[in-house]
Amino acid sequence: MIQAVMVMSTQGKPRLLKFYSFQPPEKHQDLVRGVFQLLSARPDSVSNFIEADAIFGPGVKLVYKHLATLYFVFVFDSSENELAMLDLVQVFVETLDKCFKNVCELDVVFNFNKLHTILDEMILGGQVIETSSEQIMRSVEEIARLEKQSNTTSLIPKSISERFSR
Amino acid sequence: MHRSPMAPTPPAPVPAPSLVDTLFQRSLGDLVKFLRADPSAAGESTAVARALSEIHREIRAPDAATKATALQKLTYLSSLHFAPVASHPLAFPAIELIASPFLPHKRLAYLAASLSLHPASLSLLPLATHQLHKDLSPSTSAAASHNVSALALQLLASPAAAAAPDLAAHLAHDLLPHLSRGSPRAIAAAARVIAASPSAAVPILFKPLAACLASPDPRASTAAAAAFCELSAPPADAAPFLPLAPDLYNLLTTSRSNWALIKVLKVFGRLAPLESRLAARIVDPVCQLLARSAAMSLTFECIRTVLTALPAHDTAVCLAIGKAKEFLTAEDDPNLRYLGLLALGMLGPTYVSTVHECRDVIAQSLGDADSNIRREALHLMMGMIDRNNIMDIAGMLVSHAAKSDPEFANDILGAVLAACGHNVYELVSDFDWYVSLLTDMARSLHCAQGDEIGRQLVDVGLRVQDARPELVHSSRTLLIDPALLANHLLCPVLSAAAWVSGEYVNFTKDPVELVEALLQPRTSLLPMSVRAVYIQAVFKVITFCCNSYVERLSDSSKEVAVGLNGLSIDETVSEGRKAPLVSGDEQITVPSMMEKDPFSEKSIIHMIDLIETTVGPLFECNEVEVLERARNLIGFVHLIREVQELKESKVDDDEKHSWVKELVKNMQTVFSQEIGPVSLNAQEKVSLPVDIVLNETLAELDDIVSEDDTTPSSSILFYPRSHGSIENRNEPALSLGSSSLLSEHRKRHGLYYLPTGKTEDEPVDYPHANDPLLPASNESSLDDKSNTAQPVTGGKKLKAVKSRPKVVKLDGEDFLSSMVPSANVPKEDSLSGAVRGVLLDRDLKPSSSQKASDKAYEGIVNKMETGGSSSQWKNNVDAELVGHPTSSSRPSIQPSHEKESTNPLESDGKEVKEPKRHRRSSRGGHHQGKHKHRERHSTQPDVPQAPIIQDFLL
Repeated sequence: MIQAVMVMSTQGKPRLLKFYSFQPPEKHQDLVRGVFQLLSARPDSVSNFIEADAIFGPGVKLVYKHLATLYFVFVFDSSENELAMLDLVQVFVETLDKCFKNVCELDVVFNFNKLHTILDEMILGGQVIETSSEQIMRSVEEIARLEKQSNTTSLIPKSISERFSR
Repeated sequence: MHRSPMAPTPPAPVPAPSLVDTLFQRSLGDLVKFLRADPSAAGESTAVARALSEIHREIRAPDAATKATALQKLTYLSSLHFAPVASHPLAFPAIELIASPFLPHKRLAYLAASLSLHPASLSLLPLATHQLHKDLSPSTSAAASHNVSALALQLLASPAAAAAPDLAAHLAHDLLPHLSRGSPRAIAAAARVIAASPSAAVPILFKPLAACLASPDPRASTAAAAAFCELSAPPADAAPFLPLAPDLYNLLTTSRSNWALIKVLKVFGRLAPLESRLAARIVDPVCQLLARSAAMSLTFECIRTVLTALPAHDTAVCLAIGKAKEFLTAEDDPNLRYLGLLALGMLGPTYVSTVHECRDVIAQSLGDADSNIRREALHLMMGMIDRNNIMDIAGMLVSHAAKSDPEFANDILGAVLAACGHNVYELVSDFDWYVSLLTDMARSLHCAQGDEIGRQLVDVGLRVQDARPELVHSSRTLLIDPALLANHLLCPVLSAAAWVSGEYVNFTKDPVELVEALLQPRTSLLPMSVRAVYIQAVFKVITFCCNSYVERLSDSSKEVAVGLNGLSIDETVSEGRKAPLVSGDEQITVPSMMEKDPFSEKSIIHMIDLIETTVGPLFECNEVEVLERARNLIGFVHLIREVQELKESKVDDDEKHSWVKELVKNMQTVFSQEIGPVSLNAQEKVSLPVDIVLNETLAELDDIVSEDDTTPSSSILFYPRSHGSIENRNEPALSLGSSSLLSEHRKRHGLYYLPTGKTEDEPVDYPHANDPLLPASNESSLDDKSNTAQPVTGGKKLKAVKSRPKVVKLDGEDFLSSMVPSANVPKEDSLSGAVRGVLLDRDLKPSSSQKASDKAYEGIVNKMETGGSSSQWKNNVDAELVGHPTSSSRPSIQPSHEKESTNPLESDGKEVKEPKRHRRSSRGGHHQGKHKHRERHSTQPDVPQAPIIQDFLL
């Protein structure tokens, strides 16, 4: 299964973290730091896999892509195929690119919820549920449409209208 | 909604947020901007702290919108800024908002709940059970309901829910309609639920999940294959999934989704070793995929499956190797090259020649820019090493280490040291070469393996007699190099070199040079522990030189009179010992006279002078080890000096001569005893003194420490220990009562016991440390000893190349290396038990993991029983335990024990095997019983039995 998905800046700042296997919250920072140390030590144009036994336990690898100022990291165990995971990172990046029209780090910084929505359409509980970026984008747009729909039904938050009517 | 000027934070205890707060609440976007305003670490942490206090106020707001925004901000902070959400966990507001009819709020709440992993929030999660139940149940408005149930499934599959297994168990039934629809989400969630609480979820969810494998919807079957791949992953036992083989096979031959195929291949890779007929069945489709597929991911998965699970099918393996080689030669893609190396690493020992064919590519990969590729290449290189090519490969690797970056250089050196030192230098046949390789490694630029190199230098010296001249020679090159002294990583190596030079000083070509090297000024840079070794080495060298001098005097006794005037020592005598030495770069100039003869009086006096000037100041040293050795050395040197002074005062020559001779001889005998490796069983071999009765005082403790399961034995008898014959030592000196206690203790705390050795069966082991019967210089007796060590090391030594020198190996060393891995007993996991309960007949054979654990146990027991006296007692005791489970019958054992002790050892061993085995099997039965019980518990009567794979395969 996929153990975690991380997006972090080349400065080591986390931009998106999602763990699919239990990691105690107080450890998250150490995990991010450990992964970043591995990533920053690697030159460009080398393979995209790192054996991460020391950080996540035996048999766990991570695959990453370095794009502009971001690292996209997927952490996975022996039940996943290395190259398939690499493809999945590609799908994720493509989807972000489509959703944000040329994604940049700022999009990722300011769209916490949307990023999670996209990721959740792709991976559930560490299992891949959708691999087509078109399909993912359609679902995300559908969700946005539904949310907008329910938003228009109550333009003014109920609490405020309540307060004024009081 | 913006809150334009930063309002000062209000005082801490504010009960509820005001209307202003609500109206001007900062959104998540505002918060992110605020946090980015000051990117410094301190600025960020104050901003986070401030935002947190704000959120804690807002989250108590009565209206949902304010609460939702606060929750969103809190989720963000705890997820990406690692804000400690200690006392006010996300969970409570999250659970409140999950019930919101307003979709955006619901989404936020579900996200918060699935991300929050705080223990406090986990304990609250069950409160959401009812709402989850509602959200999972299908309702009328299709689109929204689909969305809502997707959210619920998301939460159910999150690690937060996995940590609260009750939740998953309660909601298992709600997954069923989604599973029957073939929703990939539901399938993935079901896999997580089963993994979280197998006993409750398997009976409900396993069948519907298995049905999804055969679903016509490719999305469903792909998700199901992934789910079973996850569930069968180690450490879980794959055996219960064997009945799914027909469906999986169907998928393998018909599916066109690479994702599904990869997962199916992975499952088959785990199943094939369990069912022999499976491999033959899947090999054709796998080969077809391998030949046809254009997707690299699928190709690699096929290679992996063939190499790990189908190693007996040669054509398939050849095809896979061909593909792997294609990967290796992919110049532009480091990923493929890395995976190609990984694939070669999976090849079993039967295909070593294939790996050899790729040796050039692998060697080239050692210099790759990618550390993954380098590491895999090193791994493969180490796998290739055998007795014939070790000099080639190790030499190449060590020279490669010099060119590599420090980290990898040390990886290489560590790997070479481990490979060469494995099983007491099993692979090394030319020890002269190995010793010089060790010194090369020590001199390697980034070497940080000083400890291991030093250990091996000494170890080779102790074990391999033939290597000692080269060892001394190599040590000299290390010791005379002043540049090495400053490198603190090399201290252990220098320490070993100094020890070796001192211990085997008789192989030194130039002792004077050695003493000068050991006392050179830069030795002050060494740590005290190493200096102590240096000084002791000087002591040994000077003793040796004096002894040679004295011996020569007595050889040419005619010249005694001239002896101590010394300058005209007989040249013919010294010819043999004299060395064509290379006086390298030592700083102290040596008088030309001494270069010719290291054992002349003049050179000895030179050494003594040197010692007095350099070691003398160490009397001030506050390190006792150094101080003590310095005093010893100086004391000895002073005695020699006195002799010299006597000479000047014209005392009688003869008396003088005999005095100095006696002194030197005595000193020499102190150092002349051979030091050998010490066996792990050494302690057992130390015979007990006659008058010692070890248990005397312990007997008084007996009623204090009596345990409830063993009645304190009322009559503990002590046989006086008799000595002198091996048979007597075999006889247990204790009564059975206490020996059963002893063996009981041994069983429980076996870890802390010394292994029982073959002491009595093979009395001709390696000589004990400091065995007085074996003087160091006695060549013949050493040879003899090494020969007798041969049977201990086993038959494989005999196969070795003839030129290989004898390597002393002790019996205990084999034992230890084989003991450690086998102690790792796999344990039964609850998931496989539960799954098996659903799928398989109860009466089916016990699972493989259970068998494995039994086997491992057997292995351990057999290891423990490798002959020897104490194991004999243990057997007796085991026999007794089976025959007489209650300890009340103990007195009746006494005669049988006496009878047994008169038996010869061999028949004794056979006799006790029987009850031993019986006991083991009864233990296994107990296991099974427990296991069945659990299965019965988890199996529901309404679950139909699955078809068993055997039918399909035939």
